Amino acid sequence: MSDPIRITLPGDIAQLRALRVGTPVLLSGPVFTARDATHARIAAQLDRDGVLPYDLAGAVLFYAGPTPPAAGRPAGSVGPTTARRMDAWTPVLLAAGIAATIGKGARSEAVRDACRTHGAVYLAATGGAAALLATHVSSAEPVAYDDLGTEALVRMELDDFPVWVAIDAQGHDLYAEARDEWAAGEGRR
Amino acid sequence: MNVVTAADIARAVAGSIRTAATSLRPDVLGAIRSAGLREPSERAREVLGQLVDNAAIAERDGVPLCQDTGTVWVWVELGQDSGLEGDLQAAIDGAVAYAFREHALRMSVVIDALLDRTNTGDNTPAFVEISQRPGAGATVHVMLKGGGSDNASAMAMLDPSSGVEGVARFVLDTVSAKATGACPPLVVGVGVGGTFDSVGKLAKKALLRPLGIPAVSSALGALEEHLLADINALGIGPAGLGGATTALGVRILTAPCHIAALPVAVNLGCSAMRSVTVEVPPHD
Repeated sequence: MSDPIRITLPGDIAQLRALRVGTPVLLSGPVFTARDATHARIAAQLDRDGVLPYDLAGAVLFYAGPTPPAAGRPAGSVGPTTARRMDAWTPVLLAAGIAATIGKGARSEAVRDACRTHGAVYLAATGGAAALLATHVSSAEPVAYDDLGTEALVRMELDDFPVWVAIDAQGHDLYAEARDEWAAGEGRR
Repeated sequence: MNVVTAADIARAVAGSIRTAATSLRPDVLGAIRSAGLREPSERAREVLGQLVDNAAIAERDGVPLCQDTGTVWVWVELGQDSGLEGDLQAAIDGAVAYAFREHALRMSVVIDALLDRTNTGDNTPAFVEISQRPGAGATVHVMLKGGGSDNASAMAMLDPSSGVEGVARFVLDTVSAKATGACPPLVVGVGVGGTFDSVGKLAKKALLRPLGIPAVSSALGALEEHLLADINALGIGPAGLGGATTALGVRILTAPCHIAALPVAVNLGCSAMRSVTVEVPPHD
């Protein structure tokens, strides 16, 4: 496996789109946390106004709801939540300009197709590594929906945040490929 | 008669919540470490390494292992030689609200699943089980259950003719379909028997037995090992990104059931499998 590729948002978005599924990435720059309730609100505003709210066109959504800040860091423990729950909204949000998403776990065929259609990327972070991942968050600023508590839209600045390309811009899916490779004996490297 | 008070149990719950949220169970940490030594996939070794580092950071800084600090499940086994004094649900809810605020854990409970999904704001109510055991005092088990792994659980009322094969197939199918979002490597809790309502609790209780502690019978132990090998042959791997370590262990609990029934439930425990068991002594 290759060394991780360093990607800094938003400048390196074209480079991110060119990466093959399975590539390890150290991600830096701004992302926006959004879980289930956040998605419902963003989608409602998109439906009403015809554009993504809060200047989210071109942005990266991080499926996460952190714990309150602790240990002198800007964010508490923060890791990915299950991406599948966001699948119902994702094709519409990618069509409206979301460039990439970060989460954990396999996604629907509709999301794979939407990644291919819109040149979007799905990145996987390690679920359950939230204390470690919090050390790669350098700032956290609330943007909207404060009433949602941990589900608020928060702009987080990442610093060498470790992820893998799980669905690339051609629609290749790491969750499917990893199992196929394993069955063929090629994953044992 | 001596007594156990709800306040004593609540204190034990509050302490256990902090321990469970910030300290990875030693058996789970040990199993992740040894899996890293056996794991042939480089990506899988990297994920397992992150989980080991994560446990060290959480322990050192006293911060949660996972941002999903879960629902609080409490199983109180009351000693039959002790009386219980006080309102247990209220006392435990008080402990949950205190511990979640005090230790900056995440509030992850809504008022009503269907009618009002407003956050309760203090992670209450706790989900409390009460049973009796021989002796005095109380044994208190506290589990913080994340949404991702609980969502990836399943139950079925099989026909008795399905037998061991049918149960094994159901466990394997559940893991195969749902593991990637449940934060593998998993601890797979399996309940077999009881009734529709009790088999899920059996599966959850199965998660409490530490890895390395054998099953109650050698037949059950052999089934656990057989299932573990089949699960790990799926290649789902740590974080679902491929590898030999989809699960760290399978824990099965069985129970009596109706002549017509073969209930089975699978409750998945994530790589941050969080549970603590403490003994509460009685007062004279």
